[in-house]
Amino acid sequence: MSDAVMPLKLTEKPAHKTTGQFEIRDYLRLDLFPHFLCPGCGHGIALRALLWAIHDLDIEKDQLAVVSGIGCSGRLSAYIDANTFHTTHGRPIAFATGLKLARPDLHVIVITGDGDCLAIGGNHLIHAARRNLDITCIMLNNEVYGMTGGQVSPTTSLDRFTTTTPMGNQEPGFDACALAKGAGATFVGREVTLQTTALKNLMQEGIAHQGFSFVEVISDCTEVYGRKNDLGSSPEMVLSQKRSILPKFDGTAVDKPFRAGDWETGVLSREDRPEYYAAYRAHCHRVLGK
Amino acid sequence: MSEIPQRQSLQGNQACALGAIAAGCRLFAGYPITPSSEIAERMSKELPAVDGVFIQMEDEIASMAACLGGSMGGVKSMTATSGPGFSLKQENIGYGIQAEVPCVVINVMRGGPSTGMPTRPAQGDVMQARWGTHGDHPIIVLTPASVQEIYQQTIQAFNFSETYRIPVVVLYDEAIGHLIDTVDLPHAKDIETTERKWASGPASDYLPYQADEDGIPPMPLPGDGYRTHTTGLTHLENGFPTQVPADVTRVTSRLLDKIENHRDAIEQYELISCEDAEILLVAFGITARSSERAINIAREKGIKVGLLRPVTLWPFPEKVFKQLAERAKHVLVAEMNAGQLILEIERLCPSGTMVSGINKFDGESIQPDEILSRIEECGHE
Repeated sequence: MSDAVMPLKLTEKPAHKTTGQFEIRDYLRLDLFPHFLCPGCGHGIALRALLWAIHDLDIEKDQLAVVSGIGCSGRLSAYIDANTFHTTHGRPIAFATGLKLARPDLHVIVITGDGDCLAIGGNHLIHAARRNLDITCIMLNNEVYGMTGGQVSPTTSLDRFTTTTPMGNQEPGFDACALAKGAGATFVGREVTLQTTALKNLMQEGIAHQGFSFVEVISDCTEVYGRKNDLGSSPEMVLSQKRSILPKFDGTAVDKPFRAGDWETGVLSREDRPEYYAAYRAHCHRVLGK
Repeated sequence: MSEIPQRQSLQGNQACALGAIAAGCRLFAGYPITPSSEIAERMSKELPAVDGVFIQMEDEIASMAACLGGSMGGVKSMTATSGPGFSLKQENIGYGIQAEVPCVVINVMRGGPSTGMPTRPAQGDVMQARWGTHGDHPIIVLTPASVQEIYQQTIQAFNFSETYRIPVVVLYDEAIGHLIDTVDLPHAKDIETTERKWASGPASDYLPYQADEDGIPPMPLPGDGYRTHTTGLTHLENGFPTQVPADVTRVTSRLLDKIENHRDAIEQYELISCEDAEILLVAFGITARSSERAINIAREKGIKVGLLRPVTLWPFPEKVFKQLAERAKHVLVAEMNAGQLILEIERLCPSGTMVSGINKFDGESIQPDEILSRIEECGHE
């Protein structure tokens, strides 16, 4: 049998790097597999899309820094063969700010979740957006605190059951993209995991963007959220996602699955504003007459 | 021969900033808080001139996190705060200890608890500096007692943090922080600065937490090809998490031993009139200065009293203290709190030694005559 028809086990490195072609194994720490994500979790698809975007941008792994916080999303950084930092709960953006200021030569990407980014880390998100330092923030939104057992999060849809909303959630959730945009993020986009190519393209644009870019990934948690709300297992959740994505004439789409309200996807906003570090350095040099 | 040092009139907090710059600090992330704000203000002016970065973060937690990020990027980083901010930084200080991230945290102490007395001096953070973050952990805490010493100890803090891969706290009270004094600033070539041990050799063999014989692992620099993982989870030598009891014991013990085994190199102190002291006074920071005055007067009166001033508050200079305590009949601990360092002193004293505290927590520093009267009481017993 030829190599072409013999699928590699996930943990096997391909014998020859196929130049140009995206090969996920080239970007993973394979000795950590099997990974710890639950069956059906959307985070793995998001990770694949991110690594694919990094590949297509031709970013050297040595020049890539991935910073994550705490929660299911926080554990993803460990699987990436790059300079990776699993920091404290809610603080990856603040940590990444220091890292990027110290090392503007690195590509700094934050992977965070809805709880990490919008609850405990909300302050850091809005200020990073305001400053416009060149960091890409990928927020995986699964509407729930998965790692701790399924508690309500700042994006949980109305009436959903979680372990801390046994009678259904009555708190309105954040529109994370509107929040990021309102705070000044110069690139904002949202995509669902089902549309992996579109998600990869969106991430690619976000990373290439000079300034603070925010990408919300609509992920799904089957184990502690889907099951509790009778949303089915992974196939049902993904199929429901497929049914509920409504393309619009301008190329964007609207996602509704499992959620209250319409969630527009694609590039939602883009703004041209000076990048923080470059502006700081240039200003200091000007004032000091350097 | 060294050139004559530059003489300047400086405030304690300003001296701290200049010490940091001299030590090679090139990133400061801070948040305004009384009585430490002058450090941030001075850093914002000094750093751009040396191509460093100053950033005022959105809060104290972010300042500490940015400091860690900067250091992991390979740049010496510092933050400065006071009580309430020091409380907020504790989680990330713990991360710095667990992930072994060199950095310096200045805590200018004010009255507490809570908002307390922002503009008043205190020494109430002795135990928080030691045990503020959760879990078993080592720490290095330095306590300068003069403006000149703030400058020197800030440099020392960077050197220790780089050598031992650990956050180092510089702890001084508001009185010293806002004191204006004459300081001799050495020339750059006379300042000893330490750089961290960088990883070298092939990336394939490299384990980021594999310590050398000295117990300290060399650090990877992002971009140098090591591509390591850094986490606050208890981790193996390869940097990835573990919960295997034997492994956890091994890696956590190494973390603790890293400081414990270097006590001789770390512990610093000053002894005044201790040779024949029957009464031993222990005091640090501004209180040590009042103590020195009290001792001079007491000595004139023929009372055999001496002062141990710990410069390294943690680890506490145990060995020298135990030697002095063997001879002393009385040990007096003067501190601007309700009795914190005295707990450590009581633990270290041989049984039978009389230990008592001179305590004040009303926002005023302890005066020489208050200490003198207590020395005299002991002398008459």
